[in-house]
Amino acid sequence: MDNSSKETREQKRLPFFGVPALIPWLKPYRRIIISMVTMGFLSSLADAAYPLFNRYALDTYVAGGTLKGIGWFVGLYVLVLSLQVADNFVSAYFCGKVEMAIDRDLRNASFNHLQTLSFSYFNQNNVGYIHARVMSDSGKIGELVAWRLMEMVWNGSYILFVLIMMLSINFRLALMVMLLVPPAALLISYFQKRLVALNRRIREINSRITSNINEGITGVRSIRTLGVEEKMIADFDAETANMRRTSVRATHFSALFTSSVTFLSSAALAIVLWQGSLLSADGLLKIGTLSVFMSYALGMMEPIQNIVETTSVLISIQVNIERLMRLLAEKSGVTDSAEVVEKYGDTFHPKKENWEPIEGDIEFRDVTFKYPDGDEYVLEHFSLKVKRGSNVAIVGETGAGKSTLVNLACRFYEPTFGQVLIDGRDARERSQLWLHSHIGYVLQTPHLFSGTVRDNLRYGAPDATDEEIWAALRLVQADSVVKRTKKGLDEEAGEGGEMFSTGEKQLLSFARAILADPAILVLDEATSSVDTMTEKAIQDAIATVIRGRTSFIIAHRLSTVVDADIILAVMDGKIVEQGTHSELMKKRGYYYRLYMRQYEDTAVKLGFEQDA
Amino acid sequence: MKKEAFPTRVSLAMYFMRGSWRYFLFSFIFACLVAVLDLANPKLIGYTVDSVIGHGSAELPGPLLLCVNALGGPDFLRAHPAAIAGIVIAVAFAAAVSRYLFRLLNSFGGENLVCRIRDTLFDHILRLPDAWHRENQTGDIIQRCTSDVETIKSFLSERLTSLLRIMLLIGLAVYFMCGISVKMTVAAGAFIPIIIGYSFFFHNKIGSAFEECDEQEGVLSTIAQENLTGVRIVRAFGREIYERERFEKQNEHYTGLWVRLMMWLSAFWSTGDLISGLQILCVTVFGAALCVKGEITTGGYIAFCSYNAMLTWPVRAVGRVIADMSRAEIAIDRIRYIMNSPVEEDRPGALEPPMDRDVVFEHVTFAPRDGRKVLDDVSFTIPAGTTVGVLGGTGSGKTTLACLLDRLYELPEGCGRITVGGVDIADMKASWVRKNVGLVLQEPFLFSRTIEENIGIARPTGGLESEVKSGKDAVVEGMSGKDAFVDGMNGRNVFVDGMSGKEAVVDGMSGKDMGSDDAEGRYVVQRLSVKANSGGIGEDIRKAAAAACLDETIESFASGYETFVGERGVTLSGGQKQRTAIAQMLVKKPKIMVFDDSLSAVDAETDAKIRRQLEEQSAGTTVMLIAHRISTLMKADNIIVLDKGRIIESGTHEELVAKGGVYKKVYDLQTRQQE
Repeated sequence: MDNSSKETREQKRLPFFGVPALIPWLKPYRRIIISMVTMGFLSSLADAAYPLFNRYALDTYVAGGTLKGIGWFVGLYVLVLSLQVADNFVSAYFCGKVEMAIDRDLRNASFNHLQTLSFSYFNQNNVGYIHARVMSDSGKIGELVAWRLMEMVWNGSYILFVLIMMLSINFRLALMVMLLVPPAALLISYFQKRLVALNRRIREINSRITSNINEGITGVRSIRTLGVEEKMIADFDAETANMRRTSVRATHFSALFTSSVTFLSSAALAIVLWQGSLLSADGLLKIGTLSVFMSYALGMMEPIQNIVETTSVLISIQVNIERLMRLLAEKSGVTDSAEVVEKYGDTFHPKKENWEPIEGDIEFRDVTFKYPDGDEYVLEHFSLKVKRGSNVAIVGETGAGKSTLVNLACRFYEPTFGQVLIDGRDARERSQLWLHSHIGYVLQTPHLFSGTVRDNLRYGAPDATDEEIWAALRLVQADSVVKRTKKGLDEEAGEGGEMFSTGEKQLLSFARAILADPAILVLDEATSSVDTMTEKAIQDAIATVIRGRTSFIIAHRLSTVVDADIILAVMDGKIVEQGTHSELMKKRGYYYRLYMRQYEDTAVKLGFEQDA
Repeated sequence: MKKEAFPTRVSLAMYFMRGSWRYFLFSFIFACLVAVLDLANPKLIGYTVDSVIGHGSAELPGPLLLCVNALGGPDFLRAHPAAIAGIVIAVAFAAAVSRYLFRLLNSFGGENLVCRIRDTLFDHILRLPDAWHRENQTGDIIQRCTSDVETIKSFLSERLTSLLRIMLLIGLAVYFMCGISVKMTVAAGAFIPIIIGYSFFFHNKIGSAFEECDEQEGVLSTIAQENLTGVRIVRAFGREIYERERFEKQNEHYTGLWVRLMMWLSAFWSTGDLISGLQILCVTVFGAALCVKGEITTGGYIAFCSYNAMLTWPVRAVGRVIADMSRAEIAIDRIRYIMNSPVEEDRPGALEPPMDRDVVFEHVTFAPRDGRKVLDDVSFTIPAGTTVGVLGGTGSGKTTLACLLDRLYELPEGCGRITVGGVDIADMKASWVRKNVGLVLQEPFLFSRTIEENIGIARPTGGLESEVKSGKDAVVEGMSGKDAFVDGMNGRNVFVDGMSGKEAVVDGMSGKDMGSDDAEGRYVVQRLSVKANSGGIGEDIRKAAAAACLDETIESFASGYETFVGERGVTLSGGQKQRTAIAQMLVKKPKIMVFDDSLSAVDAETDAKIRRQLEEQSAGTTVMLIAHRISTLMKADNIIVLDKGRIIESGTHEELVAKGGVYKKVYDLQTRQQE
C-alpha cells in the first residue's frame, strides 16, 4: 500500500536520464573535470598508438633485417609510455577526487536538507528509504559523473582514433572490419538489457533470502515451539533454489554475451587475415600494417562493450538521480513565514538575541487535525488549556495514535484548522527552532547517539560542565550507572557501546532532558520490562524530571498516570475520554479497563513484596 | 567436549563442495579447452604470415596442421585465402561454445555450492539448541550467514577457478612461447613474478586501507541512521546545527580517506601500466633483434607478441586472488564455528508415547550458567485433562517451567525429571514433545506473512500432501511470464531458451535432477494451494481465529485474512499479537497447552471469553496457565504459587484464599481495586 504511492510518485521522469539536473553540482569542479577528460582523451591516443610502434618494428627491423636506429625507437617508446603513465596517474586521481567531492557534496546537501523537513516526510518515508538516498544514491551519482564519464571519453575516443587510423591505412580493409560494429552493438545492447532485468530479480531474491535468515534466527524460539522447522527450511530451500535458477539463467545470458563478443572479435580478425593476406600477397600491404589491423580489430570490441555497459548503468542510475533530486526539492510541511525567519532566524542561522523566554502555557484552541497522508480527522474542534507546570497523561493501546497531541504541541505538525498557542501566542508567530530549543524529549526506546556518555548528556545543553552533568545524573540516580563503567563520562554510549542496559539508557536520557532544562517536556514511556531496582529508579526520575515543567506523558506506568493533572484516553486515533484519574475510574469505561489490566501486574508484585 | 564435525577448513569446504565439484571439474575441462583454443589464434596468424604470405615454413599444433594439410597445405591456402578466415572462424566458434559451457557449468557449480551452504547453514541453525541462540548475538549470526557465505562463494567459485584458469593459461602460453623462442620466453617471463609479487604486495597492503574506509563509512552511515531514527530527539532539542556539523565533519574525514586511497590506487594502476609497457617494449625489441639475427621468423615474432599480450591482464589479476585468500580463510572459520556447534539430538531409541496422560514434575532443579537456582526442587502433578494455574513474580521461574516442559531447555542429569504418562520427556523425540505441547510465548514472534499463513503455519501436515497428488503440473511465472516451468510432480526443471525459442533441458548434464527441485515443487504447490483455497479460508484457521477472539479484528482489516503482518504490513498491537499466537497454537491441536503469561495484553473480558472458548473446544487437554490475573487463574483445578524458584503455596482458588498467604494478598489487591 505504501509502495504503490511511492511508485506513482516516481512516475515523473527527468529528461536525458536526469543528467542535466546534476550540472549545478558539477560546476565547482569544472576545471578538474575538464582536465580529467582531456587527459583521458590523451591516454586513449597513446593506447591507440602502441600498435603503430609494433608496426614500425615489424616493417623496419624485422622485415628490413636491421637494428639501426633502435635506440631512438626505444627512447620514443619509453617517452610515450612514461607520459601516458603519468597522465593515467593524474587522471585516475582526479577522477577519484571528483567522484568523492560530488559524493560528499550531495550527501551533505541531502543530510542538511533533511534537517529542515517536517515530520510528515519522515512518517511517509521509512528510515531505510531515506538513509539509502543519503548514503548510497550520492555514491552512485559520484561514480557516474567521474568514472563513467571518463570511460565514455576514453572508449569513445579510442574507437574514433582506431577507426580513423584504419581508414587512413587501408580504406577497404577498414570498411570490412567496420561492418561488424553495428551487429556487435545491437547484440551487446540486447544482452545488456536482459542482464539488467535479471540482476534486479537476483537482488530481490537475495533480499528475500536475507529476511528469511533474519526471521529464522530472531524467531527461532517460536519456530521451535510451533515445531515448524521443516516448513521454514522448505520455504528457505525453495527461495535458495529460486536464487540458483535465476542466477544460472543470468550466467547463461552473460556467458552467451561474452562468448559472442569474443567470437565477433575473432571474426574481425578472420576478415583482416583473409583480406590482408590477399592484399599482402599482392604486395599492397606490409606485414607491419597487417599486424596493426589485427591489433585494432581485436581491441575494438571491448570499448564497444564498455560504452554499452556505461549506457545501461546510466539508465539504471536515472532512478537514483531522480530520487535524490526529489528529496532535495522536497518542501517542508511546517515552515516559518518570512517575517518569522527575519526576526528569529532559520534552522541553521538562529537569531537567538531576539528569542523571548518561554513560560510553558500551551493551549489548543478549536483544533481540527488530520495527518497529511491520512483521510480522517483525528481531532475535531478540540480545545484544551495546559497551564505551565501541569502534566498531561495520554493513555491507550500501541498504535492507537497517542503521539498526535504531542506532535501538535511541539509543532512537528500544524493543525488543519484552529490554533495552538504557546504562552498565549500562536505557535506560528515564532520560529520552530525557538520552540524546539525549549522542549525536552524522552523516547520510549531510549535513543542514545554514538559517542561518549558526556556527548550524549550534553546533547541539549552543549555548554554543560562536568559538575552540572554529575548533578543531573544524581537527580535521576544514574550516577552509579556511569561510575560503574571504566571510563565514566568518556564511556562509549549508543549502538556500539553495549555497556548499558535498556533501563540504564532510559535513566541517561532522563539526565539528558534535565540538563537541557526545558520548559516543556515530552515523555514517551517505555513498556519494556526492567528489573525492580531500575523500575523504582525510573519512577523516581520521572517524578523529578516533570516537576515544574509542562509535560506530556505518553504513559504506561500507573504512578505517572494516577498523579497526572489530566488524562486523555486514546482509541483508534481519537480521544475517547478525558479527565482526572478518579473521574475516569468512576466512569468504568475504556480507561478503567486499561488501568485494571495494568494493575494486575502491580498487584502481584505488591503481594510478593508484602509477603517478604 | 565432542569431536568437531569439521576439524579443518578444507574438510568444511569439501563438505560444501559435495554436489557441485562435478560441475567445477567439467567447467575446468572447458576452461582448458578455451585456453587451448584461444592460444591457437596467434599460431594461425604466425602460420599465415610465414607460410601463406611469406614462403617459409612454420609449425602448427597437430590437429590444426592435419586440418590444413587435408585442405591441401599452404598452397591451397594461398590460392584460397578465405579458407584461413574459415579456420579462424571455426576455431573461434569452438572457443565461443567452450567459453559458454565453461561459464555456465561454473555458474551451476557456484550456485549449487552457495545454495548448499545456505541450506545447510539454515538447517543447522534452526536445529541448534536454544542455549546456543541465547549465547550468540543475532546480528553476528546473520552476518555470518550472509556476507561470509558470499565471501566463500566468490572465493571458491570465482577466484579459485579463475586462479586455476590463469595458471593454466600462463602455463600453456609459456609452453607455446618456448616453442617459438626459449630466450624470448625467459625475457618475457622474467616480468611475471615481478608483476604478481608487486600486485600481491599492494593488495595485501591496500586491504587495511579499504577496511578503514569501510569502517569510516560505517561511522558516517550510523550518524545518518541515528539522525533519522532519532529525528524526534534532534528536533525536540533543536540540535540541527550540531547534527549538521557532526555529519559534515565525518563526511569530510571519510572523503579524505578515500581520496588518499584513490591516490594509492592510481599509483598502483599506473605503475602496473608502466611495468606492462616496459615488458612489451622488452619483448618487441628483443624479438626484433632475434628476427634480424634470423633466430625466429616474422610469423613467430607476431605470434609471440600476441601470446605476450594475452598474458598481461591475467597475470595482473593473480596477485589480487592470492591477497583475497586470507579473507576467505577468515570467513570459512566463522562458518565453521556454526557448523561445529552440536545440534540438538534425541537420545538413541527416543520414544513417541501417548501424551494425553498425567504430567509430572519430579524434584526439578534448574540452574543455568551462573549457578543461581531458577527452580529449586519443584514437584507437582498435572492430572491428564486438568488445568494448573501458576502465579509468580518477576524472576520466580515461571517461564523456565514452561520452557522445560517444551524441552527448550534441557534438564541436566540428577536435577529431577519431567514425565508424561510416566515417560521422561528427555527420552522422547524432541519433535514429538513440541508437536504435542503447545507453548504460547510471552512475547510472541510473528512471521512476515499474511495473517492466514501465520495462523496456519503449524498446521499438521496431511491436507497439503493430498493436494500435491491431485494437483496437475504447476506453472510458475517465469522471466517473461512464459518461459520457466516447474514440474511439481517429478521435480524436474525445464528451461525454455528465450533466445531460440527452443527447449533446453538443463538437467541433462548430470542425468539427474539438479538438487532440491523437490523443495521448489513443494513451494510452488503450497503457494498454489493457498490460492486455490482463497474461496474459503481453511476451516481450522477460522475456528482457531474465532477461539482466540481474533476473527473480528481480522475482518476489520481491508484485506482480511490476506493482510500482511510485520515489517511490510500492518503493525499489530501487543494484544493482537498474543491472540494470533494463541490461534497459531490451537491449529496445532496439541495435547498439552502452556500459556506463558500470554493474555497479559488482552483485557479481562476478552481474556475470559477466550478461556471459555478454549474450554469448549479443547476439553480433555492438559493445560498449564501462567498468569498475573487472579480472575484468569481462579478456575484452574489446581494453582501453584512460585517464589524465587520454589513452590510456596498450592491448592484450589478457594483453598488458597482460605489459607491467607501471598495468593490471598494478590487476590485482595486485585479485587479491591475493582470496587
